[in-house]
Amino acid sequence: MGILELSAYEAAEQIAAGSLSGGELFAAYRDRAAADRDAGEQGLNCFTWVAEEAAEESGEGLLAGVPVAVKDLFCTEGVPSQSGSRILEGYLPPYTATAVRRLLQDGASLLAKTNQDEFAMGSSNENSAFGPVRNPWDRSRVPGGSSGGSAAAVAAGLAPWALGTDTGGSIRQPAALCGVVGLKPTYGTISRYGMIAFASSLDQAGPLTRDVRDAALMLRSMAGQDPCDATYLRFPEELVLPHAERLDGLRLGVPAELTGEGIEQGVLASFQAALGRAEELGAQLSEVKLPHAPHALAAYYVLAPAEASSNLARFDGVRYGMRAEAPADLLDMYTRTRHDGFGAEVKRRIMLGTYALSSGYYDAYYGRAQRVRTKISEDFRSAFAEVDFILTPTAPTVAFGLGEKTGDPLAMYLNDFCTVPMSLAGIPAISIPCGLSDGLPVGLQLAGPAFSENRLLDAAHALEGALGFDGGAARV
Amino acid sequence: MARELSAVLDHVATIAELDLEGVAATSHVVEVTGGLREDVPRPSLPRELALAQAPDASDEGFLVPSPQA
Repeated sequence: MGILELSAYEAAEQIAAGSLSGGELFAAYRDRAAADRDAGEQGLNCFTWVAEEAAEESGEGLLAGVPVAVKDLFCTEGVPSQSGSRILEGYLPPYTATAVRRLLQDGASLLAKTNQDEFAMGSSNENSAFGPVRNPWDRSRVPGGSSGGSAAAVAAGLAPWALGTDTGGSIRQPAALCGVVGLKPTYGTISRYGMIAFASSLDQAGPLTRDVRDAALMLRSMAGQDPCDATYLRFPEELVLPHAERLDGLRLGVPAELTGEGIEQGVLASFQAALGRAEELGAQLSEVKLPHAPHALAAYYVLAPAEASSNLARFDGVRYGMRAEAPADLLDMYTRTRHDGFGAEVKRRIMLGTYALSSGYYDAYYGRAQRVRTKISEDFRSAFAEVDFILTPTAPTVAFGLGEKTGDPLAMYLNDFCTVPMSLAGIPAISIPCGLSDGLPVGLQLAGPAFSENRLLDAAHALEGALGFDGGAARV
Repeated sequence: MARELSAVLDHVATIAELDLEGVAATSHVVEVTGGLREDVPRPSLPRELALAQAPDASDEGFLVPSPQA
């Protein structure tokens, strides 16, 4: 087996045993990542920055010598961090995000920063100042978003694993479209310190990996208390690596609201087949009701833009990033910097957000959406009284064509239909590849109650083994 | 842009159909306790580092154009 075929866990194990050199592994991935960057339009455009060499101090720790790719929006000291936006052109953060710092402390080495939708707003990675990312399964298609560069890099074998963020599906949906594993942990499990904010009540860091064990390994390294994030939640138990191979006794719920209308036939067929495998592994399937889930998307597209409009007020050309040239006065500087620095989707969401928060409309939009959010959390609580986990397709379709949905924001937003409810409820959810439809990967989403990560990863591990998805085709 | 925003707002308006009488607004999805750190003074970012990324700065602060041209 070549070193590029190793999972992060296997690589760490071999490096610790002395049978693999961390430097050799880093160089192999660095060459592949740099080649993709240098290929421009001919490549996948996964990276915004690629390391010249491994940082010298990396060495000790559980992840010693394993390279990691990190989504652009994580601040990394002295390394470009633009959140995919022109407005942060040239920004070199003076500090490193906690999630990244923990990975590096455990010995991982920073390989590259990955391309993303601007400020994590998008489901196709077409809203990036660095240009779109291509899907390694079919270069004429999108990788999903917003963590599209992270998902495509892992799928294509340009990085052993990658760090992403998920606000309404930004880890799970690209993981599904690229045929890799993506985990959004319980809100608050990983510190948000140093993540360039989109919607603070929803943003959560998480792993994109080739298998479920790697997702658990990365989660375990990143979780932990941080005095710099007051929304951090103490995880109530020790995080462990998954081992389960059966699902005996587990009750799995399938919500009709997220598994019917709007889901493509090929995706549904693959999803149904996965449910069959779950039953063969000993799980009991039943229908559950999430009556408010169909309204999640509408509530999300009020709440997330509202929070974004406030978070993005800080980009004004004063403290960091770009400033419009030769401004006539202060107001002209603010106006033109934001006009030139933000892309169309970001402007759209700032306008939606400020509108939803304006005094005449606050109750009708923001106030109402906050109450819908409560109903959605209650739906999940009721459902989890009856079942252990909820299963849905991760995304309604397989990867779609570049440019296919850019003219219709609402059609683009519908990509998040199955992932947004869990985000609003703050609960953990994982996407694992469950098969192919027309030669393109389909994702299976498993969601559990808050802090159920250990059990959720165990179930995903058992299913992964039974489904036997082969992602090799994308790594050529 | 106006047409696109209208389509999104039309979709968002579907939440008006729900009966939300007496439902509390979510302020935080999971109960947080003891999220605050100890109130002890600690060093902050050195001034020169904080100013280093600014498009324009003096030794003491950020420079911006005059509010009145």
